[in-house]
Amino acid sequence: MTDQPLLSVQNLSVHFERAPAPAVDGVSFDVRAGECLAIVGESGSGKSVTARTLLGLAPPNAHVSFDALTLLGEPLPSARSRRWRTIRGASIGLVLQDALVSLDPLRPVGREIDDVLRLHTTLTHAQRQQRVLELLDAVGVPNPALRARQRSGELSGGLRQRALIATALAAGPPLIIADEPTTALDVTVQATVLSLLRSLTDTGTAFILITHDLAVVSQVADRVAVMSQGRIVESGETATVLNAPVAFETQQLLASIPVDVPRGVPLRIHERGPTLTTRPQQPVGGSASASAVAAGAPALELTAVSRRYPTRTDEPIQALDRVSLTLDTGTTLGLVGQSGSGKTTIARIALGLETADSGGIRLNGEQWGSLSAHERRPLRHTLGAIYQDPLSSFDPRLTVERILFDALRANVSGETSQLSTVDELLDAVDLPRSLKNRRPLHLSGGQRQRVAIARALAPAPRTLLCDEPVSALDVSTQARVLDLMDDLQRHLGLSYLFISHDLGVIRHMSDTVAVINEGRIVETGLAEEIFTSPKDPYTRSLIAALPRVHGPARALSTPRE
Amino acid sequence: MTDPSDPTAERLSTRPAARLRSLAWVARRLGGGLFVLWMVATVIFFALRLIPGDPVDAILGGPGSQASAEAVAQIRVEYGLDQPLIVQYFLAMAKLAVADFGTSYALKIAVAPYVLTQLWSTLVLTIASLVVAWVLALALTMVTSGRRGPARAVGSGLELLAAAVPHFWLASLLIIVLSNTLHWLPPISVPGPLGLILPVLTLALPLTGFLGQLMRESLANAYEQPFVVSARARGESEWGVRFRHVLRHAALPGISLSGWAFGSLLSGAVVVETIFARPGLGRTLLSAVSIRDIPVVTAVALLSALTFIIVTVATDAIDRIVDPRVAKQ
Amino acid sequence: MTEILAGRLGRGARATPATTGWQKLAGNSGAFVAIVALLFILTAALAPQLLTTADPDAVAPVDAFQSPSPAHLFGTDESGRDVYTRVVFGAANSLLIGIAATVVGLGLALVLGLLGGLGGRVGDFVSTRVVEVMFALPGLLLALVFIAIAGPGVVTSTVAVGLSTAPGYARIIRSQLRSVRNSGYVEAATVLGHSRLRIVVQHILPGALAPIFVLGTLGVGQAIVWASSLGFLGLGVAPPAAEWGAMLSSGRTYIDVAWWLTVFPGLAIVATAASFTVLGRALNERTRQGAIG
Repeated sequence: MTDQPLLSVQNLSVHFERAPAPAVDGVSFDVRAGECLAIVGESGSGKSVTARTLLGLAPPNAHVSFDALTLLGEPLPSARSRRWRTIRGASIGLVLQDALVSLDPLRPVGREIDDVLRLHTTLTHAQRQQRVLELLDAVGVPNPALRARQRSGELSGGLRQRALIATALAAGPPLIIADEPTTALDVTVQATVLSLLRSLTDTGTAFILITHDLAVVSQVADRVAVMSQGRIVESGETATVLNAPVAFETQQLLASIPVDVPRGVPLRIHERGPTLTTRPQQPVGGSASASAVAAGAPALELTAVSRRYPTRTDEPIQALDRVSLTLDTGTTLGLVGQSGSGKTTIARIALGLETADSGGIRLNGEQWGSLSAHERRPLRHTLGAIYQDPLSSFDPRLTVERILFDALRANVSGETSQLSTVDELLDAVDLPRSLKNRRPLHLSGGQRQRVAIARALAPAPRTLLCDEPVSALDVSTQARVLDLMDDLQRHLGLSYLFISHDLGVIRHMSDTVAVINEGRIVETGLAEEIFTSPKDPYTRSLIAALPRVHGPARALSTPRE
Repeated sequence: MTDPSDPTAERLSTRPAARLRSLAWVARRLGGGLFVLWMVATVIFFALRLIPGDPVDAILGGPGSQASAEAVAQIRVEYGLDQPLIVQYFLAMAKLAVADFGTSYALKIAVAPYVLTQLWSTLVLTIASLVVAWVLALALTMVTSGRRGPARAVGSGLELLAAAVPHFWLASLLIIVLSNTLHWLPPISVPGPLGLILPVLTLALPLTGFLGQLMRESLANAYEQPFVVSARARGESEWGVRFRHVLRHAALPGISLSGWAFGSLLSGAVVVETIFARPGLGRTLLSAVSIRDIPVVTAVALLSALTFIIVTVATDAIDRIVDPRVAKQ
Repeated sequence: MTEILAGRLGRGARATPATTGWQKLAGNSGAFVAIVALLFILTAALAPQLLTTADPDAVAPVDAFQSPSPAHLFGTDESGRDVYTRVVFGAANSLLIGIAATVVGLGLALVLGLLGGLGGRVGDFVSTRVVEVMFALPGLLLALVFIAIAGPGVVTSTVAVGLSTAPGYARIIRSQLRSVRNSGYVEAATVLGHSRLRIVVQHILPGALAPIFVLGTLGVGQAIVWASSLGFLGLGVAPPAAEWGAMLSSGRTYIDVAWWLTVFPGLAIVATAASFTVLGRALNERTRQGAIG
């Protein structure tokens, strides 16, 4: 490490035309060779705009100003300069979030890597071909000769992200900017990609990691800068900032991470009060408490449910293989697994949208899976659902009021509910009544999910099936929605089947946990037992890959020692 | 419900299996095409027998003909019209299966060879028009894309008008300007490439309007994709971004629509061939329609349908090659 | 045309790309010009006397082939009839045929589309095959084959045009129905326990049929062009009547001596068709945004 910073940013501001406030407001930081600086913040905090500006790729309607912006002591060019083309790729590489669309989906990934070499090196065509294969090999892509000919859509998420990283590395830039490089990946794949990025710093490459995930930061970054509303509110050594956060925004970001917050404790700081104490868990209105498992029939019970999908050419896919689950009344069963493991199929079968090939499903002790669609309808109101993408679950023509009103009419039980009007529903999910006349498109992501929850509650269900309900949300929005769901469960005595790929969320929300892999339940048990002493090797690998803020610092750097 | 890390994608692609799948796809499409042709022939056959009027009248030159009863009876036997309807149907289908379209009522010659010579002329016209329309639309999109302000508004306005112009009027305008006023080109189609210019322009310009509008929109969409940011971040020049990446994406919907576009050209050929007195399927169909020369109508209809089906399968195949994502859907 | 629209409708809600001030202005002023033009054409169709005092059929052989002048804005034809007056009076015929053809086409398409979208496996099979067969003869070819079977005339040519547009509409309606049927919100309504009938009436039909109005508007312009083509080919309205296609057909004989016989009726067709297209797109944009906000 030299004393002179590789990149120096002094008082950088970016102001969009017609925007009330600057997107980036007087940001300053340095990056040294071989160092990883993480810029953390929620979406809209200005972190991505900062990254793009460092490459001269701020949108055309942005006004950029700064006191100094230097790379290796040289000032970076002005906005439209042609000199950028010799810097991009050669001096600064960029890795974006989802390689499926960040690599040209119509071109082989080898050609994309080759482009960088063609632009920035004097290698011959044959040499470049060779180099492409070396690069793919270096980022851990097996069988590079085959992979180079394939397009991003033909590679798995992890492989194409590695290929994307190879394009950024190809010309050997001293600085790489990675904008949410692992957000779209499964947790085990995420861990390997992060350790690949981390290993780059060994060769003296510096990188700026843009992310919303403090757990990722704690694993990879040397220093961290926390951004909020266009400003850096706190920065310093990673361990210092994460162990003793000073700024409220940092504290809130840390508190919103659900994995180490015990069940029943709110994720939002201001609701916790001055000290981190558990609120009284006494149920309101005599409902079953989350901790006290109610006696009697389980809310939802799946017994040896199997489901195959026929394919045109290959063997049929065994989506579910003798899956058995028990959701006890008044509790939360967390179902966790990676994408493609069969989680969503379980949700659809439990909701009666698909039928199982074999196996039984009982709802509140009654037959459910074997009923016809007609017989099922009068019982449907007892089982509600919340989806990952609430927007597509709303008829775009209808207002919030109409959506909730329709849902209230679905309560055919004749029982009166605590929530029997649109206003009561909106109050219950902490939405202002003034939102009634809006359409879901004009709501924020968090508000939409609250409307979806309100709709699910309208027919007075006893059980809610939540399929990735917070996966599309920011960390702090996620925290608010999770707190709300926890509250509602306690007040209304609901049972949740909570499906997620996110182990942290599952741990925070669940009483019992089931781990699913390739259509089989590999382990079930009490949440604390599974997370503290997992028995199945697959579960162990998932938990080991889970980034933890307060885990051992730089855990990922151990393999290279 | 998309699955970014589908384990099956990780598997090494099995080339022979993929080839087999492609072959199966082509076979399925062509089989479907044959079924459609058969249905077209069936519908035409029965529709003709359902309407009032005796086909013998058409053979003898219209209802006004003063033919003797023997002549009528002889024609009836000659054309197999004395058989029961279902027998006539199967006989007709059997003949169609070996490309025997019978004898023209009006011209008294075998339909198949006659219509085939017309097909060639129409193919030259329509394929040339398709190519010209593509070249013009690409050039227009490339030149005016990225530009803002009045140039762009004028460009899209012209495309809108071009797409709304009826072929027959455009032909007349071109004749007035290029032939009658400037005397650059012959007003009717003469043999050789010179005579092809006006008909091709007439057919191509409205299609250029359609394709241009389409590509302008998809080009704008392509520019918003993250891979454009990636390419720029690699140091790619604006022209590099445009030609290596964006252009391909902009052309995709145009390729998907080329089958449909070819159909519209076949349809427009009816008018263009008539105006420029050019031989071809369209003009043949039109004259056969006005005298209700049923064998010729049937033959032209089936041949046009066959051509259209083949072109549609071909463009869909190109679509699958250029964009493998299509095949996966 | 409808194919292009199909893509747009199918895409559903998406962020609109950043438009420059110029584009917005062009879009707004375009829609404004189109509406003014359509009002003018509608006036010509409903009350031609407001726009001209002459008689469209008044023959005056001495005035034959006069080029455009203040007395005869669009010149006169071979019988000395005023071309401007005939263009104005032709609006009613052309518009009526265009609208009638579109109604026929959409009506047929609605039957086929509903059968395909809601008629179960058998219904979908039948509807898809029928549409495929109709599609195999593109545009004018289908119209001509129909005329060959049913004989020429105004009514058959109108039906023929409707018929040739029907498969395109049917495909759009079917795919729209299917996408709504498979949408998250229909699933959500099922999970809530609403009845199938209620879901169809409340969600599927309104969602899927909303674009019909847009399709119709876009289609009228296209139908007018098709119908005038048939008129031009001598298979539609018979020449003495004032209809734009027929006027162009008879004007073609004199293309060397009287260009105005070709230019002005053609301009009327282009203006009408383009105006309907612009209006249809504006409506499409509005329903899309209206649906979403």
